[in-house]
Amino acid sequence: MPGNAMIAPDYYLLLSLALFTIGVIGVLTRRNVIIMLMSIELILNAVNINLMAFSRYYGTVDGQVFAIFVITDAAAEAAVGLGIILAFFRNRETVLADEMDMLKW
Amino acid sequence: MALSYILFAFFATVAVVSAILMVTRRNIVHSAVSLITTLLATAGIFLQLRGEFLFVVQIILYVGGIMVLFVFVIMLVNLDISLRSVQFNRQKWVAGVLALVLGAQVVFAVWLGSGTLRLPPRHLAVMPARNTEAVGQALFSQYILPFEIASVLLLVAMIGAVVMAKRRV
Repeated sequence: MPGNAMIAPDYYLLLSLALFTIGVIGVLTRRNVIIMLMSIELILNAVNINLMAFSRYYGTVDGQVFAIFVITDAAAEAAVGLGIILAFFRNRETVLADEMDMLKW
Repeated sequence: MALSYILFAFFATVAVVSAILMVTRRNIVHSAVSLITTLLATAGIFLQLRGEFLFVVQIILYVGGIMVLFVFVIMLVNLDISLRSVQFNRQKWVAGVLALVLGAQVVFAVWLGSGTLRLPPRHLAVMPARNTEAVGQALFSQYILPFEIASVLLLVAMIGAVVMAKRRV
């Protein structure tokens, strides 16, 4: 069975780690809030790779169920986050994170 | 054996390269398209890990749902101002170096722990033949309480998005 040819789990961990690190860099360095939100989606996706890999190596579907919950969270977070961005853009005409300083004086 | 390595290398390269493109592009629509490419490559990885249901969910829900939402919002907000301004903030070097240090730490931890990780033997770790059926069984029996809580979470998100998008509260 060709599906049984398994790659060592380290490769999946390192791929997931690479995507996670790129996502963290995106959240911390970009000024555009929409790209920061997209980087958070990338981080959640990296987590899903880990869950799927360990689900495969234990031979159960529990990790896949947790991946479904993570995708649910990602959808909820995207909906609320984009709503906040739209509301803020309507008031202040900007999507740059360092111009969101209304509480600072 | 070799074919699975080639497939993994292909999907992993596509995912990482387009993730880097997503973080570095100036035009935000290009960033969104790069993120879609990353998510599709990740879907390929899921298929390789015998998660057929998650493969379809990833494409339909992530690429078809969430990313369309992102592209809609990108159309609604003004592109020109953010296109001409500086793309990275002031603490970008500190932040980048710190993130890379974090990544190096986890690489070190994986390298240290990969010999001692105790997984079941490979002939025992066989996925159920009908993936969607098995996921449904687990979701509606063992994980029924988290499933219901997730539906409440989605309701909260829906109400929150409607309230946020309303003109006046």
